[in-house]
Formats: sequence, structure tokens, C-alpha cells
Amino acid sequence: MKRLTLLASVATLAAATLAAATAATAPAALAAEVAPGDTLAEDQTFSYSILDQFPTLDPQLNEEVQGSHVISQLFEGLTRQDGDGNVIPAGATQWTSEDNTVWTFTLRDDAKWSNGDPVTAADYVYAWRRAADPATASPYSWYVELSSIAGAAEVISGAAAPDTLGVEAVDDHTLKVTLTQPLPFFPAVVTYATFMPTHEATVEAFGPDWTKPGNIVSNGAYTLEELAVNEFFRLAKNPQYWDAENVQITEITGYIINDRNQSVTRWEAGEFTMMDDLPAGTYPDLLAQYPDETFSTPRLCSYFYAINVTESGNPALQDVNVRRALSYMLDRNVIVDQVLKGGQLPAYNFAHVQTAGFEPPEIDYASWSQQERMEKARELMAQAGYGPDNPLELDLIYNTSDDHKALATVAAQMWKPLGVNITLSNYEWQSYIDIRGEQNFDLARSGWCGDYNEASTFLDLLTTTHGSNDGKYSNAEVDALMKASRTMENPNEAYTEVEQIVADEMAIIPVYHYTQNFLLDDDIRGWPMNNVENNWYIQDIYRVVTE
Amino acid sequence: MIAFILRRLMVAVPVLLLLVVVTFVLMYAAPGSPFATERGVPPFVLANLEREYGLDRPFAVQIWTYVSRIVTQFDFGPSFVYRDQDVNDLIRQGFPVTLTYGFWAFLLAVLVGGTLGIVAAIRHNSWLDYLAVGISVGAQVLPNFVLAPILVLVFTLWLGWLPGGGWRGGQAEYIVLPVIALGTSYMASIARIARASMLEVLSSNFIRTARAKGLPGWRIVLHHALKPALLPIVSYLGPAFVGMITGSVVIDIAFSTGGIGQFFVASALNRDYGVMMGITVLFGALTIFFNLLVDVAYAWIDPKIRY
Repeated sequence: MKRLTLLASVATLAAATLAAATAATAPAALAAEVAPGDTLAEDQTFSYSILDQFPTLDPQLNEEVQGSHVISQLFEGLTRQDGDGNVIPAGATQWTSEDNTVWTFTLRDDAKWSNGDPVTAADYVYAWRRAADPATASPYSWYVELSSIAGAAEVISGAAAPDTLGVEAVDDHTLKVTLTQPLPFFPAVVTYATFMPTHEATVEAFGPDWTKPGNIVSNGAYTLEELAVNEFFRLAKNPQYWDAENVQITEITGYIINDRNQSVTRWEAGEFTMMDDLPAGTYPDLLAQYPDETFSTPRLCSYFYAINVTESGNPALQDVNVRRALSYMLDRNVIVDQVLKGGQLPAYNFAHVQTAGFEPPEIDYASWSQQERMEKARELMAQAGYGPDNPLELDLIYNTSDDHKALATVAAQMWKPLGVNITLSNYEWQSYIDIRGEQNFDLARSGWCGDYNEASTFLDLLTTTHGSNDGKYSNAEVDALMKASRTMENPNEAYTEVEQIVADEMAIIPVYHYTQNFLLDDDIRGWPMNNVENNWYIQDIYRVVTE
Repeated sequence: MIAFILRRLMVAVPVLLLLVVVTFVLMYAAPGSPFATERGVPPFVLANLEREYGLDRPFAVQIWTYVSRIVTQFDFGPSFVYRDQDVNDLIRQGFPVTLTYGFWAFLLAVLVGGTLGIVAAIRHNSWLDYLAVGISVGAQVLPNFVLAPILVLVFTLWLGWLPGGGWRGGQAEYIVLPVIALGTSYMASIARIARASMLEVLSSNFIRTARAKGLPGWRIVLHHALKPALLPIVSYLGPAFVGMITGSVVIDIAFSTGGIGQFFVASALNRDYGVMMGITVLFGALTIFFNLLVDVAYAWIDPKIRY
């Protein structure tokens, strides 16, 4: 988990789409609709591999991707996403809002817990208070505050009791939420695990052991049957689920395989259905070998090198010419096509180009040829007073990983002709966060995944006060534009302007935009290929008979 | 002998306590925190987490609480990363797995390695000797992180005989590959030690005397040569067994066994203080115990040794 470069955490949808959808009604059925002409296979099991054991299945404690995938099968929140990333009704059938500030959700009346108890608004209230309660000590409690729920900050810091949180069960099937500010995309915010309901009697009866097989009571399409730490886990279809008749996959098995190359071999041996996060560089070969089962889809993350512009960094980096020269010199096509080889997109701006509603600005150096960029880079570097005769010594740090190492080595080679001598240092993840956060570097490998599918989730990072702005880039104009964008009719104008400034000043060195590379058996239908946040619900897929 | 064992056990207690204290101090001295994340944890959230785990209390209080909880309740506390499990849970689940494949790998290494070495020594400079030496050198130079993927490739992907990983409560087909991958290099070491030591014993005076008396070859080897030849092997076996269990991180990762070895590395990387301490104490205790066992075995094998 900690090895992940980024935390793709929150699942949300573009604010614009949602503002229009303040009132929604449930379609007849949510789960897998078998397409005409498809014949269901007899074997309706699904299995996949994950890299690391997830730390918890407690929705309120979860803070990472692998766990949230499993929790999304076990539990159902008010809303969830469809295959394209749109927010659709789930535990709630409809919702309305007053000024996007007071939200009222109507819960479906046929939802049940796996033990047969009805799911009520009180279950949501209990879970949400629990997420914020300091006694729960959830590492993700800040998400409740980020969601602007009234009283969240006070509850989390212990200044107010959990029952002062702005969430209320009006009756068994009506949940009212009060926010501190208008949030048009609130229904998208509640798709995430933190806001899924939990069964109070179970949590109180078993304490920290409540998520163990045999104890756990959940309300999603599946129930937890077995879990062996660092080995495997197994889920079975939940007969109590309100839409159980449309759930085709009867069993899900997850294998924890710490070695991605072993994982590929075992997938090839037919041991499981799906494997994501392919080892760097293996995509083309696998695609050639399994053209119908190897996929590359956009993923809402960007890879970049942070530049330390504070006094602890090399003073040369405060010179915009040096920063530009470094960025221009980097041949992103080589990195993408010859190092990563997974269909990644060369990046000349920060926000992922596939972000919903985002129109990537026309960055000047993106349109130049690499030859032009390199000439310009030499020119700028000479202006700054550096060159092979007067080399610039820079320290590039990255967290221990073969992929980051390969990329850093290639980058260092590319910068060498400029007279830049790079010292590579790698640190294991927990130390790395500290070192980078304390600006003990010149250049630092970084990655950022969208918390929600909207460009501000990226661009906010470059504002002065952002906690993850590790290079400490600061520009008053960027801060003002990002602040203004929150209330703008078309925030994209602000985003374009910010990207232009960031490119002119070379606040960071963008490297590439991510793709999700994965293997999936060719008899699976309904996989959400267009969900850029990589959220999936196994209840939406099914196996067919193939020739 | 009993007095010796008791004395050794009594010394083991302060040694273990010292191990706990030193590990605890080192752990806290290391940079990083179990709660650090990419986007930074807000201070008040961090405060809640530190209170939950008692990290807000003075260092001396923390270490005292920790040690006394182990001594009085045999409770190693919670895991800082796996919120659904405590350290005792993790050890209870993972240790039997490691112990099982460790035991079989040990048996494989001792039986095959010992036989190879002794046969090679008896048939010194024959084709059997060359074959045995060849096998053991080959096995020695093949580290388990190379061997493991090869085994999976051959037996899982190409032949389809065995699963490429997992444990499933220790079913036979899941045990085979981990045992081979873990046991091979130990087998090679044992073969070499056994061969060298057997050769030495076979060329000693009392064996020449036995031969001169006209005893049959097998009797000489079994009754006279074997026991003294075992001495160097036994001194190797104690640390080797602990090494098999602690060094099983590669096996756990390559075969997803769910064994405890991988926590050895993962807990340090994740700064999972609870698990790190628990594993260190467990392996520390095992090392002490097996060293004691080796010393006792010495006395039994070599009458010259007295305690």
C-alpha cells in the first residue's frame, strides 16, 4: 500500500455534470445487465491479484486503493459510479439539495444488511459520526472535513461531540446532510468508502475484530467469507442484497502477490481473471501475446519531478532558465515509448489531459520538436551560466522502485549534455515522504492522482499553502486564479491560465500522464473501461461463453 | 546438563529484554512515521492516531507499557498498519505457515544434503563424488529469488502441475515449490560440509584401525565415522533453521504463502512498530532457543564436551 506512488482515493465526477443532477431517480436495475446475444458462462467466478495486503476492510478506517476496491464490493454507499465514472444511485434512490448546501437523500426501502436487518438512515449517521470521531482514530477522518460537512473539523479535533456532526436521520429512509459551503458534487463525494454505512450492533459487539470473516455484516453485493493475511481473500454473493437477482458473479477471490512478475506468470497459467498494474515495460510484449486480453486505459494521475525552489535547494533552481532548460531537455517520447512502454502520454502540463471537462492549454514547448527543445535548453542553460565547463550539481531523489530508478537514470543521462550532473538517491517510502516534505532535495520524483475527476484536484497542488506542494512553488496569481475558479461558471478558463503560468515558470517538470495497464480474461463483459478513476463493481460484470 | 540448560535459559531472559529495548530505541530513532502518507496527514488527525497508539506518551512510559504487556499478558499489541489485526493475530496466522514449510525445507536439506555429502566422501574422486559436488555447487549458486520464479515458470506455467503460490491451509501441492526454493541452497551447504567433514574423519587414525581390524565398510561409516562427522553439520543446522524461517521473506513474496517472513522487511519499511517488535522478539527467542539446542546436541555427540 505504502509503495503506491499516489493515493487514488476519492471517487467523484465532474462538478458540472452533477450540478445538473441535483435530483436523480434510480433506474430499474443497477447490476450487470446481460447484453443481448451474450450467453452466460456456467462458471461465474472472478479472481484477481493485488500487490499488497490491504490494511483494513473497515470503511471508515480505509485510506488506500486496494482496500477500497474490496470495500466497494462488500458495502454500498448512497451513490456509486457507473462504467463511465458517472454518479448513479445505489443505497439512495434520489437526492435533492437546497443551494447545494443542505442535501436530502432518500434511501431505498428494500436494502438489507447481510444478516437480514434493514439498512436505515441511522446506519449512515452512525458510520459518518464514527468516521469523524477521534476515538475511532481514522487516518481518513480528514475526508469528512474535506467534504464540508458541518461540524466535521470540530468533531475530529475533539472540540465537539460526534453527534454534533451535520448529518441527521429524518426518518428510517431519509438522510439530511448540512454542509458549510455549497458543494454541487457532494453526491460524488459520498461514493467513497468513508461514507458507506456500517452495522452498529456488529461494530459494538466485536470491536476491532468486527471486519473478520464470520463477524462482519455488510450491505453490498458480496459478503466476506475468508481472509488469510498476505495470501488471499474470498467474497461470496450476498443473497440479502436488494439487487441480488441481477448480480451474476457468484464468487470473488483476491490473491495477494507481492511480486508483479510472478503475478503475470500466474495469470498466464490461468490462475486468475484479472491483474492490474503491470510491471513497467511488459505491456507491449503482453499485448503482442494476448491482444484481446491486454488493456491500456487512461488513469487520472500525473508523474512529475518537483523542483525545490526554497533556499535548501540548489540556488540555480530559482532561475527560471535553468528550470526550463531541464524540462525542455527531457525527451518524454523516449521515456514513454522506450522506458515505460505502456501507452502513457507525454506530459507538458500538469493536469491529466483526460480529466473530465478539462481542455488542455496549448503549451508552447509541447509543439516543438525535441531537437528544438534541446537547442533552446542549451541556450537557456548557457544564459544561466552553466554548461559542460561549469557543471551544475543536482540531487535527484526518488522512492525505492525499479521503475522510478529506470526513469531517473534515463533523465540524468538526458540532462548530462547540459552540464548537469545528477546524484541519484533513493529512500524507502516512509523516509522519502519525510525527506521530500522537508525540502531536502533539488529534484524529487512525484506523482499525483486525482481525488475527483476535475482539474482543480491537480492544480490546487501548486498553490502556496497546499500540503503536498513539496517544491514550495509559490505564485500569487496562481493562488488567486485557483481561488476564483471555485465559484466560476467556467473554471476551465482559470485552469488554462494557471497551466500557462506553470509552464512559463516551469514550476514542476511534468513527465507523463498515467495509463492503467492490465490483463483481463476475454470472457469478461461489462468491465468499466472508461472509468478513469479505475473504480469497479464486480456486480456490473459477468462471464460469457466464448468460442 | 540440566543445570547448564537452566543457566542458559536464565541468561536468555535479560538478552531478550535487551533486544527489545535496543530494537525499540532504534525503531524510534529511524526517520518516518507509520502514519505518514503522500498527501500529509493533518495535525489533528495525526494527534488522534498517536493517542490511539500511545505514541503521545513519554518514551520511557511507552517502552515500559510495551514490555510489561508482553511479560504479563503475552500481548504484542496492535499493528500500526493492519488495523483489522493485532500482532498476536498476525503471528498466529503467519508463523505456522513459515514453520511448516521451514520444517520440510529443513528436512529436505538435511536428508538430501547429508546423503549427497556422505556418499561423495565415501566414493571420493569417483563419478558419484563429481556428480554430488556438481549438484551442490549448482544449488549453491542459484539464490532462491532466482530459483522461485524459475520453479513457477516450469511447474505452473509450462507443466501446469502445481499452483504458483498460495497456501490454502497447507495442502501438499502448495507446499512443494516453497520447500524446494527454500531448501535448495541449504541442502548444498550441508552437502559440502558433510563431504568435507566425512573425508576428514575417514582419513583419521581410528578409522584406519577399524579398517585394519577388517570391519565391513558400511559398519565403519555408520558406527564409527558418522557421529564425529556430524559435529560440524550440527553447528550449522541451528542457525540454518532460524535462517530458514527468518530468511523466508523471499519465499513469502514469491509464493504468497502468507508466512511471517515478509513482515520482517515489510514492517520495517511501513514503520509498523508493533509488528516489527513482535517479529524481532519472536526471531530473537528462536535464535536463542536453537543455539541452546545445538549446544546440547554437541554434548551428546562429542563426549569431549562437558558443561
